[in-house]
Amino acid sequence: MDTQNCFHCGLDIVKQEEIIFDAKTFCCNGCKTVYEIFSLNDLVCYYDFEKSPGATPQEIKGKYDFLDNETIVSKLLEFQEDTTAIVTLSIPHIHCSSCIWILENLQRLQNGISTSQVNFPEKKVRITYNSETVSLKEIVYLLSSIGYEPYISLENYETGKSNIDRSLTYKLGVAFFCFGNIMLLSFPEYFEVKEFWLDNYKPFFRWLIFALALPSFFYSGSGYYVSAYKSMKSGMLNIDIPIALGIVIMFIRSTVDIVFDYGSGFFDSLTGLVFFMLLGKMFQIKTYSFLSFERDFKSYFPIAITRINSDASEESIPVYDIEKGNRLLIRNQELIPVDGILISEKASVDYSFVTGEAIPITKKSGDKIFAGGKLIGKVIEMEVLHSVSQSYLTQLWSNDVFQKKVEQKHKSITDTISRYFTPILLLIAFVSFGYWIFIDTNTAFNVFTAILIVACPCALALTAPFTMGNVLRIMGKQKFYLKNALVIEQLAKVDTLVFDKTGTITTNKKSSITYQGDSFSELDLVRIKNVLRASNHPLSRMLYDFLPEGKKIQTTDFKEITGQGIQALIDGKEIKIGSAFFVEKSEANTILQTAVHIKIEGIYYGKYVFNNQYREGLELLFNSLKHDYQIKVLSGDNEGERASLEKLLPAGTELIFDQKPEQKLEFIKKLQEEGKNVMMVGDGLNDAGALAQSDVGISISENVNVFSPACDAILEANEFQKLYYFLKLSKKAITTIKMSFVLSLLYNVVGLSFAITGNLKPLVAAIIMPLSTITIVSFVTVMSNYYARRKKIED
Amino acid sequence: MSVIYLLISISIFVAVGFFIAFIAAVKSGQYDDDYTPSVRMLFDDEIKITAKKEKQTTEEKQN
Repeated sequence: MDTQNCFHCGLDIVKQEEIIFDAKTFCCNGCKTVYEIFSLNDLVCYYDFEKSPGATPQEIKGKYDFLDNETIVSKLLEFQEDTTAIVTLSIPHIHCSSCIWILENLQRLQNGISTSQVNFPEKKVRITYNSETVSLKEIVYLLSSIGYEPYISLENYETGKSNIDRSLTYKLGVAFFCFGNIMLLSFPEYFEVKEFWLDNYKPFFRWLIFALALPSFFYSGSGYYVSAYKSMKSGMLNIDIPIALGIVIMFIRSTVDIVFDYGSGFFDSLTGLVFFMLLGKMFQIKTYSFLSFERDFKSYFPIAITRINSDASEESIPVYDIEKGNRLLIRNQELIPVDGILISEKASVDYSFVTGEAIPITKKSGDKIFAGGKLIGKVIEMEVLHSVSQSYLTQLWSNDVFQKKVEQKHKSITDTISRYFTPILLLIAFVSFGYWIFIDTNTAFNVFTAILIVACPCALALTAPFTMGNVLRIMGKQKFYLKNALVIEQLAKVDTLVFDKTGTITTNKKSSITYQGDSFSELDLVRIKNVLRASNHPLSRMLYDFLPEGKKIQTTDFKEITGQGIQALIDGKEIKIGSAFFVEKSEANTILQTAVHIKIEGIYYGKYVFNNQYREGLELLFNSLKHDYQIKVLSGDNEGERASLEKLLPAGTELIFDQKPEQKLEFIKKLQEEGKNVMMVGDGLNDAGALAQSDVGISISENVNVFSPACDAILEANEFQKLYYFLKLSKKAITTIKMSFVLSLLYNVVGLSFAITGNLKPLVAAIIMPLSTITIVSFVTVMSNYYARRKKIED
Repeated sequence: MSVIYLLISISIFVAVGFFIAFIAAVKSGQYDDDYTPSVRMLFDDEIKITAKKEKQTTEEKQN
């Protein structure tokens, strides 16, 4: 076997680094240690459920020191009394049944943990422990040591218990209970057999039905009355008005029927209607609970930071307590939470969360560093300029866009229809009433109520939820996660697409690398590769992957100078790899490109230039998009890439560079004022404002679990080229809804013809209502699935 | 009194019983996570623990 995979994490094993333990192969010491922990505690069952389920534990020394701080811990805990404490930790690595098993057996690894329960869809584990025998810090360390490092961010601060709204489930349960029982009890009436036995018990059955209908009418249906009242008050005629009207009229008419013994009433239809409509509501809600669409800077800012006091002692403090003038200590891989001035000599900062740019920026002592960057390399000290809320990046969140509720921004397609539907319905009802009143007063009232009952737009109201719910699921399966069903309608309306450049249409994973300079001998290339092997700098890693495979040579005297480069002795030759400054090469035009320079034995050879790598299928996607949409590209970068972008993108694509976050927001606002429906596609926190302002904000994410800014939809990065397909599918969803509207209106016409002529019997209503519901639901499901499949084949 | 009153009231009583059970289940959070329990119930109870332990210790020595 050439390549072997690690027994623990499943990664390929580099032959030199292979570790054999217990007759199993591991890729590194970390994986071996996890296996050791498990095997010592009889937990090797972990490997039985799933093949190579683990993750290599990361180095976390000092990272969770803030958990020593009592006040911070108490903010994280869900519950604490005496010695019992409960904490819910979010663990992004949870992905298979092995994970569930090991995390629910934590008590066997650590004394003091009494139970732990995994919530798989939310990727969370809830741990109950004894706070005297074990501390939260120890638990976090334990989890990290077995490869399940929890994700603790500022968002967890003071979240406490989250209240889950279960009212829809209750309402649905009540509605189904009433509907089922009433159906059983009304069955005898459907046959209208004149039989002594039936006639005898008629009143009993009817009053029982009446009693059973009460909870459904007053509790389950309550949402519709509230919504109808609200929409009347705001002058918008939404679909809930005819629904509420229908239900109320149905209830009154049926009660009158029973009291005066006119008939059995429509309680069966009423409860059925309420049940089906709640079912539609339930179906429409498809939540991706492991995702969050409301993320802002809080969800990735650290919860605490190390402060250096004036007496040189270190202390963990919550980030909200940081004040201007404080001195902070930032470790490798830690996030800089506030704006400040660098005190240490050099630092390289990775701003990929903010801008999407993967290549770190080097800062010198005295430079300003902005919040949101991640430190790479040696520990630094910095002095605070602004507190968290006043930092440059967090200021963006004080913009009005983030304050308003988005829900009322759009009128849904169903509401548009109902604006015509409701007046027409009332008109028909009154005209028929006026006609019948001259013939027979009794029939006139019957007809009037029958019209409102039968026209109650149950099928109409169900069309959109079922179509949207279905399309939502289809898209979700293809890694395009929408916040809610409304987003589909907005997607269909979009006419202008705005893309962010860095991280959105370029990947931040790999760069394409070109070499400029004198050519190397093959041996030199191997040497360079071996020097790079020891470095963890992102550029070194990229270049290492780029260079051809060669044999391994021992390097000596390896030195890595943060922010400058690396140097080492190999085969007795001195090799220097790094910035232009590091190899003592003066160059004029370095700002526009990222390059690594090579010097061997004091002779300058040349440089590797890192260009942005555009996402696969970008050209194809833009070419298909350009016919239907106006495309614009916004970038926070300089114009360095304009030429190559213009070549790649279709003619007429507007390119705008040097855009600050607020300018992006303003740009979208301006487009909207011109009457455009704008979709913004972005990735970093700097796009957050634009994403919130746009009609549809889509965030592209390499890792959906960990981070994406607040948006309407999250698209997994490697599905980017499918964007056109999703846009087309959303349009087809609207077409499906429109077709289904026609169908359900036909049902209404049939029902109305019964009602106007005064022939609406409870039995007819009881048949028409479920029949229309079932046909509509199956029609929209079949249609949307058909479109989804056909579009997929085309692409 | 006819038996029908008795029967219907019994049936309603049973139905209400189930309804209350449903409400209690929702309240206890049973419907919040509809995936994990389905996996959890498939985990075997480990019966072979003692046998495994012996094997483990011998292997440990070899290493």
